[in-house]
Amino acid sequence: MSATTPPDSSTTTPAAVPGTASRRYSWRRLPVIRQLRQSVGVQRGMLITGLVIVGLMLAAALLAPLITPYGPSQLRGEDGLFGARQAPSAEHWLGTTAGGYDVFTRTIYGTQTALLVIIVAVAFSLFIGVALGLISGYYGGWVDRVLVVVADAIYAFPTLLLAIVTAIVISGGSSSLWGGIMATAVAITVVFVPQYFRVIRAETLRIKTEAYVEAARVIGTPTLRIMVRHVLRNATRSLPLLVTLNAAEAILTLAALGFLGFGIEPSAAAEWGYDLNRSVSDVSSGIWWTSLFPGAAIVLMVLGVTLVGESLQDLADPRLRTRRRTDSQAPQATASAPVSAGGAAAGVPKGTGPSEIGPSS
Amino acid sequence: MRYIFVRFLLIIPTVFILITMVFVFMRMIGDPITAAQGGRLSAAQLDDMREAAGYNRPILVQYVEYLGQILRGDFGTTISDNRPVTEVLVTYGTATVELVFYGLIVAFLIGIPLGMIAAAKRDRWPDAGLRLFAILAYATPVFFLGLLLKLVFSVWLGILPTSGRASSRTRIELSRMEDATGIYLIDAIRAGDMGHVADVLQHAVLPATALGLLTAGVFLRLVRTNMIGTLAMDYIDTARSRGVSEYRLVRKHAYRPALIPIVTVIGMQTAMLLGGAVLTETTFEWRGLGFQLTHYLSARDFIAVQGIVALLAVIVAVTNFLVDIVVALIDPRVRY
Repeated sequence: MSATTPPDSSTTTPAAVPGTASRRYSWRRLPVIRQLRQSVGVQRGMLITGLVIVGLMLAAALLAPLITPYGPSQLRGEDGLFGARQAPSAEHWLGTTAGGYDVFTRTIYGTQTALLVIIVAVAFSLFIGVALGLISGYYGGWVDRVLVVVADAIYAFPTLLLAIVTAIVISGGSSSLWGGIMATAVAITVVFVPQYFRVIRAETLRIKTEAYVEAARVIGTPTLRIMVRHVLRNATRSLPLLVTLNAAEAILTLAALGFLGFGIEPSAAAEWGYDLNRSVSDVSSGIWWTSLFPGAAIVLMVLGVTLVGESLQDLADPRLRTRRRTDSQAPQATASAPVSAGGAAAGVPKGTGPSEIGPSS
Repeated sequence: MRYIFVRFLLIIPTVFILITMVFVFMRMIGDPITAAQGGRLSAAQLDDMREAAGYNRPILVQYVEYLGQILRGDFGTTISDNRPVTEVLVTYGTATVELVFYGLIVAFLIGIPLGMIAAAKRDRWPDAGLRLFAILAYATPVFFLGLLLKLVFSVWLGILPTSGRASSRTRIELSRMEDATGIYLIDAIRAGDMGHVADVLQHAVLPATALGLLTAGVFLRLVRTNMIGTLAMDYIDTARSRGVSEYRLVRKHAYRPALIPIVTVIGMQTAMLLGGAVLTETTFEWRGLGFQLTHYLSARDFIAVQGIVALLAVIVAVTNFLVDIVVALIDPRVRY
């Protein structure tokens, strides 16, 4: 079991931001903002691009009713029905779907659905995974062993199939807006819990042997308090990274479920995957606008979140972090410096894919 | 030997837990007959059918019986079209295996050379471009990529077929063969008709690309990271000082060590490819397990779903086992 970040994070700060250690807790040390201040060059560019895309998506979700000319399940305007498969025009900027909805409206409203699912799914898996990981790591024993075996089994299973099975169990066909969102979110949660479980368990195992934890135990601190204040607060370091990577995967899983027909009903909310499913037959007859725009929205959103996650990952690893240039003969020297440092990490299959957190065997 | 044995035993709990989970999940929505026929039959008729199929007995009894059936290789009979699940698995499993195999080939052909280029041109524009490519390959859902490929290559350019595993003439002729393997490429080659082989390959190009690109991105990153590490080793410096060309250094000296980590991720990639196959098959109407899975899901035929999911779980577990063995053979430090 290896965590993704090296054990000692204190080594990562001094070079870039001298004197942070003595500074009071402030907004500058919040997860993403700290990394933003720490980054330089291409890495900063990646992080900022990602943050801008995510920001635009957030804005689209919040302002959807203001941006879009119609409602997500609206089929008729002032002069009758929209009509199915209308090419892009002044009235319908991105055309209409096979079902007669406005593509632009549904693509924008799709951000709302995606964000809701991400938030619910990540919150659930964070809560359950962290709780189980803490308990499993702190107490050990047979509970630990059973949880590890089950988590490994789930981890080895194709995530999409697991999500499908869970989605059927929960929704069983019913799909109101919240019903559908909850079903999808729980399906994604089941897939993600083992990842949080593993990371937190590994950290807990390490932290519980530290002197300060034993000291707390000796003076009779209640177990719950030790677990929350002493262990958990020191074990959360790699969580922001995991959350961003999972958010990206959650969007893809939601879209895949929708594409297979196990997401949210079209009349309840706009969902990109479902719209793509409807557009499969359009493609064969050369109608491109029904599939291109929802699909591009998925790609853009995943891209934004992944860029943020990737940059966080690079910045968390001192071997991959580009240093701030100190001398003037910079470009050549700094470009080749990490090569020798990276050599030590070569055997570790890291960065194999945004989805891969935790051990591979 | 001891390691192989212990590792083999570890497959059992994994498969067992997964099959149990699927069974419990599927029973939580009620029994398969109500799920499939609910609303179409009267309550009395439903009761009769449940009685006949034994779904009114305690769930534990059913579970033990189900495990026994699976051990004998019997997955039951589908409800919607009344076929033995085992037959469904064999017929469509071969199609999925074929697709996943093509996908892996695409992943190797694209991912490994590009990873080598990225490592050789580290921190320069080809590297940055390839890194963006890898992220895009991850961010694009296979079904969207599939639709785009279909739009461009089959509808606009008209050079490749839109869907299916083969044109109907080829399909009929291949299915008429005695002892057909079900893997079209092998069957077509054995039939000795180049027209059929070309037809099968043409149908495979787009699905394989859609499915393989995601894995290609993963391979690209892996090869890049590892090759950068290998290129920094002393023996590479030694070779360079002897005057070996940069091209040869990358192509010959650093190549092999950088490939080993790929073996270790193939297990996890198989799980991903199988999930991706479900989506690719639906996009391209490739009649494999994934295509059938969505079909049975919409028919609420949970006996069939249960069988398909169990088979996929077994495939993933066995692949992981094989990968671990290969890794142990390559690297003697890995032992229990």
